[in-house]
Amino acid sequence: MCLGLPGKLVEISEDKTFGIVDIAGTKREVSLMILPEDVELGDYVMVHVGFAISKMDEAQAEETLKAIMEYYDGDDIEIQG
Amino acid sequence: MEMISKFRDKDIVKRLLDNIYKESKADKIYNIMEVCGTHTMSVSRFGIRGLLPKNIRLISGPGCPVCVTAQGEIDMIFDLLKHNDVIVAVYGDLMKVPGSDGRNLLELKAEGKDIRVVISPLDVLKLKNEQKKDIVFVSIGFETTNPATAGLIDTIVSQNLNGFYVLMLNKTMPEIIDVLLDDNELDVDGFLCPGHVSVITGESLYLPIIKRDKAAVITGFEPVDILYSVLEIIRQINSKNFYIKNNYGRVVNSLGNEKANKLVDKYFELADSMWRGIGVIKNSGLKIRKQYKYLDASERFGLRPSDKSEIDGCKCGEVLKGKILPNMCGLFGLACSPENPVGPCMVSSEGACAAYYKYEI
Ligand code: SF4
Repeated sequence: MCLGLPGKLVEISEDKTFGIVDIAGTKREVSLMILPEDVELGDYVMVHVGFAISKMDEAQAEETLKAIMEYYDGDDIEIQG
Repeated sequence: MEMISKFRDKDIVKRLLDNIYKESKADKIYNIMEVCGTHTMSVSRFGIRGLLPKNIRLISGPGCPVCVTAQGEIDMIFDLLKHNDVIVAVYGDLMKVPGSDGRNLLELKAEGKDIRVVISPLDVLKLKNEQKKDIVFVSIGFETTNPATAGLIDTIVSQNLNGFYVLMLNKTMPEIIDVLLDDNELDVDGFLCPGHVSVITGESLYLPIIKRDKAAVITGFEPVDILYSVLEIIRQINSKNFYIKNNYGRVVNSLGNEKANKLVDKYFELADSMWRGIGVIKNSGLKIRKQYKYLDASERFGLRPSDKSEIDGCKCGEVLKGKILPNMCGLFGLACSPENPVGPCMVSSEGACAAYYKYEI
């Protein structure tokens, strides 16, 4: 039950309190009431027991991968998604 | 998210492993604890333990909310079900956890008790309730889940809904981290810090860890996340330079989720809580604040945790404190298996015993 799953927002209610996310092909309703960031359709959110708890940051994901690459000399792994 | 698949990239995994082998010192033992059930599952599922050098030990800690719920608290759910006029809503993980009399919620449901499985606290608001029974949501979890229960209460209060109650069995992380750090028998050099708890709490939760010269690395759940963080812990230990590192920046903001914390604070206050195999820890759980007490199922139905101890032979307490590996429990795989679990560590999808049983034997 503690599992967090990333889902893509495919619908947002008018009052922005609810959304529908696509999690690996399955659509689920999520509450946006505790999500601190503004979101738009197509954004990814981390979903936990029916609540979006955080917006996922693609730029940060890239940063982490870049930092990992800095561990290696003259590295040339292609990391662009 | 295409980018996320890179966190499973075989080539990156291989390079990280090469570095772990290169940088870890063969004559030193590195004890690393993962304080999150989902990490435990990932470590087992991706076979990470087998990939690492033998002197790097990954130890499971008290990170599965069902597993840490004391038997006396589990029994409160069974006491609640003695009332015939209630609908009890639980997360699916609780269904197979045995009560003190050895029976579980699946069996009680088959006998006609009205027990419903929900995947979100808000699902209880949609439950069919033809007989107009009281509906009780059994709330378990840590910081990640606590705001969701607060969200349910907020909805009940703001929409003035009747007939809904919450049984609070929730726990919080800071005190248990202190208990682990104070335990002289536990020899841990670094922690893989729980990624989704950190989404809510932010990084400051782990200050006590680095103050004791142990590594604290917040990490996600993919193989690259975990190996990169293990390498980071090895580096901190080797250099004796300890700091909180956030390797899960794509999800965790250093300050946490203030909106969620405000909601939790509005409805809950800290309370003493009972941990399986560990006992009562001061201020390590949450209870509903006084002005919303009318929603508290333990008040409404007069429920108190019993002082029943854990089932004979079950070593969940030792497993949760990282003192033994699951297969060192005498019941593991014999009297206790996922089909016929004796303790919650074997029941829960995030339990250490279940992870070992499924992936490591
Ligand atoms: S193997 Fe079963 S009985 Fe032993 S500690 Fe794990 S859950 Fe408890």
